[in-house]
Amino acid sequence: MEPISIEGTPKTPSVKFDSASGHIEIKGRSIPENSIEFYKPLVDWLEEYAQGPMDKTTVNVQLEYFNTSSSKCILDVFKKLEAIHKAKNEVVINWHYEEDDEDMLEAGEDYESIIRVPFKMIEIVE
Amino acid sequence: MSFDVHEYYSKLNGGDVLVAFKGSVTTDLINNILEEIEEKMDSANEQAKIRKKVYNVLVESLQNLYHHVEELPEKLKTDFESKFGIMVVSRENEAYKISTGNFITSEKIKFLKDKIDKINSLSKEELKDMYKFILNHQKLSAKGGGGLGLVDIARKTGNKLDYTFQHYQDDYYFFNLDVFITEDK
Repeated sequence: MEPISIEGTPKTPSVKFDSASGHIEIKGRSIPENSIEFYKPLVDWLEEYAQGPMDKTTVNVQLEYFNTSSSKCILDVFKKLEAIHKAKNEVVINWHYEEDDEDMLEAGEDYESIIRVPFKMIEIVE
Repeated sequence: MSFDVHEYYSKLNGGDVLVAFKGSVTTDLINNILEEIEEKMDSANEQAKIRKKVYNVLVESLQNLYHHVEELPEKLKTDFESKFGIMVVSRENEAYKISTGNFITSEKIKFLKDKIDKINSLSKEELKDMYKFILNHQKLSAKGGGGLGLVDIARKTGNKLDYTFQHYQDDYYFFNLDVFITEDK
């Protein structure tokens, strides 16, 4: 499987998906007007990855901002990861948030309560 | 008498204003405003927590406008560009105020009014539940909106949404929304 590597822009995050290592990373800002366009290839990639995932998949999400349009797409990404986890593979989602950013912590907790995958909340201290 | 949108905008634009625009709501415009507000808050040394809230709420407000501006029919359009909307970010009594305005047809008023009244009636916990329910159960529209914007704004600000619908002409109304970001919410 070809890895995904996308540079970040002021409105879209940097993305690194690597099936060989099982490392998945979404980092930066996710505030496009229409997020489906951006996230669809990522969800499709995970769908394919789910056919033969690594024993352990490590996911790092470190967002500075994301809009509500992205929030649904991020949930779709997590649902794919949930399926991988449900098929008895190890998956962990590290949700990074900046010190004092309670909104971002709460957003992570929202996902944690919806998605049946172990989450780790990681505070970034400057 | 029809509502004077331009006068309303002038009034909004009269206080301690950080960014203001009236005109076509386009992606480029949104990008420019976001860049401008970020620079202004950086140079004003606003604390990170407030800065992020203002930015987040502004993103949702602008994208709500972008997705929902109603095109006026040709005969009423004379005074307005297509996809016309207004937006003003100002400081008012220690709070940041984000005002937006756009045209709307009368048949959409009830849905929107009911939605805002519902949001305003909910506690912090209830808003969280509503947000999670919509997040998990509602599909994104073709336009990319998800029905979450106002709920998210109410959650992040912790304040009630202030709104009015002013009659413009025929079936067209002007919808004004004011949201406030205060220090300790």
